[in-house]
Amino acid sequence: MSDLQSQDYIRRSASTLTPPSVRRHEAEVAKLIDVSRCIGCKACQAACMEWNDLRGEVGLFSGSYDNPSDLDPNTWTLMRFTEWENEQGHLEWLIRKDGCMHCEDPGCLKACPAPGAIVQYANGIVDFISENCIGCGYCIKGCPFDIPRVSQVDHKAYKCTLCSDRVAVGLEPACVKACPTGAIMFGTKAAMTQWAGERITDLKSRGFRNAGLYDPPGVGGTHVMYVLHHADRPSLYAGLPDAPRISPLIEAWKGFLKPLALAGIAATALASFFHWVVVGRNEVQPEDEAEAQRLMRDAGNRR
Amino acid sequence: MTHPKGTLRRNTTAARINHWITGGCFVLLVLSGLAVFDPMLFWLSALFGGGQATRAIHPWIGTVLLISYAGMIVQFWRDNGWNRKDVAWMRAIGSVLANDEECIPEVGRFNAGQKFVFWAMALLIPALFFTGIVIWEVYFSAYTTIEQQRVATLIHSMAAVAAIIVWIIHVYAALWVRGSVRGMTQGYVTPGWAWRHHRAWLRRLAETGSEGPGPHASGRRQRQ
Repeated sequence: MSDLQSQDYIRRSASTLTPPSVRRHEAEVAKLIDVSRCIGCKACQAACMEWNDLRGEVGLFSGSYDNPSDLDPNTWTLMRFTEWENEQGHLEWLIRKDGCMHCEDPGCLKACPAPGAIVQYANGIVDFISENCIGCGYCIKGCPFDIPRVSQVDHKAYKCTLCSDRVAVGLEPACVKACPTGAIMFGTKAAMTQWAGERITDLKSRGFRNAGLYDPPGVGGTHVMYVLHHADRPSLYAGLPDAPRISPLIEAWKGFLKPLALAGIAATALASFFHWVVVGRNEVQPEDEAEAQRLMRDAGNRR
Repeated sequence: MTHPKGTLRRNTTAARINHWITGGCFVLLVLSGLAVFDPMLFWLSALFGGGQATRAIHPWIGTVLLISYAGMIVQFWRDNGWNRKDVAWMRAIGSVLANDEECIPEVGRFNAGQKFVFWAMALLIPALFFTGIVIWEVYFSAYTTIEQQRVATLIHSMAAVAAIIVWIIHVYAALWVRGSVRGMTQGYVTPGWAWRHHRAWLRRLAETGSEGPGPHASGRRQRQ
C-alpha cells in the first residue's frame, strides 16, 4: 500500500526517529487461519490475486498440488499441501495457507536499510512501501519465515500486505472474504485468540490432543496465527518453523556491529588526526638530501 | 611520466594508474556500502542517484576493484615479502609514530606498515568480493540458501569495516610522511626522502645505478 497514513506507523525501517503514533489506541488485528477447517480450495489465493491485481507467470506442474510451487513477487499467499502419515498409519492431508505472518517484531523491518521501505502500522500490520524499496533483499535475510520475494522486473520486494488498504477502510482481507469454510477469520488479535481457544477445545475433544495456537513468541507473536491440529510439531505443515526468531546473525549485524563499526572508523580517523596534531608530519630534512647525495656519489664511484 | 632530474622513480606509470583506479573504486564502494549499512548514512545513496541505483552499482564497482587490485598484487607483490627486518620495524613502531628516525631499522621499498596494508587488502578484497557475490541479489540469490546469505552479509560488513580502517591508516600515513603522495601521483620522490624512509631501497638503487623503482626486493636480480 502506498504511503497514505504515516501517522499510523509504530515502526519504520532504517529510521532513528520515533514515528508519529497518535493512533496507539488502535486495536491490534490478526488473521486466524484454522488449518483444521481448510479444504484446500485456493479461493484465498485467487482472491489475493484478484484484489491485489497480481498475475504470475504460468508455470509448470511440479508433481504437487502446490500451484505455483513457491511464493513469488506475484504470489503473496500460497496453499502448501503436505501428505503426512500419522502414528496410527493414517494419512493426514495438512494444508497450510503460507504467506507473511506479520510479526510483532519483524525481522524484515529490522534488516531493511531503506528508510520507510517497511513499516508497521498501529494495528500490527507489516507493510512494504514499494516506492522506498531499493531491492537489496535484506528483508529476505531478516525474515524467519522465508516470505519476501524480490521482483526481477522492478527490483522491489513483495509480500502479503494483510490487505492493509482494505483493513484501513474497515474491510476484512480479501482471502478472509473469499474463504468458503470460515477457515480464515479476521478481527482483533484478542478476539482471534479467544476464537482459536474455542476451536482448540473442540479439536481436543475430537482427539487432537496436541491441537494449539501458533503465535510464536520468538518474534513477539504474529498478526497471522494458525490453529494447528499438531501444534507440538509446526514443521509438519510444509516446514512452518517450530521456534521462529530473527537470526542471531541478523541481530549481530543490525545490532552491535553497526555502532561498533562506526565507532571503530571514527576512532581510527580521530587517532590519525590527533597524531598529526601531536606529532606532526614527517618531513625530509636538508641533511637527508645531503646524505642521500653522498651515498649515491659513493656508490657511483664504486661502480 | 618522466621524472625530474635527480629524483627517483617511486612508482611506474602503470602502477600509479592501477593504484588510483583501485583507490577511486574503494572510495565509491565505501560511500555506497555505508549508505546501506547504517540508516544514519542512507543519505549517501543520493550521491549515486538514489537507493535503487546505489544497490545496483555497488557490486559492479566491487568487481572492478577486484580486478584492479589483482593488478596491484602483480605490480607490488615482489616488494611486499615479509621478513625478519619487518618484525624489527614493527617492534620499533613507537619510534616510527614519534618520527624518531634514528631508532628505526632501515627498510627496503616498503616498510612493514605498507606491507600490512598490502596483505590486509589482498585478504579483505577477495573476501568482500566472494561474500558480495553471495548477496548480489539480482544475479546470484538463487544459488545459495538464505542462511548462507546471512553469514555472507555479516562477513561482508565486518570485512568492509576492517578494510575501511586499514584504508584510513593508509591514507593518513601517506599524508603524514611528507612526499609520499607525490610518489603515487607524479610518481617520483627525492633521494633525501628515500634516505629518510627507505634507506635500504636507496642503497639498492645506488648500487645498481637504477633510478627506480626496481630492482625488486624478491626476484632474480636483487639477492646480490
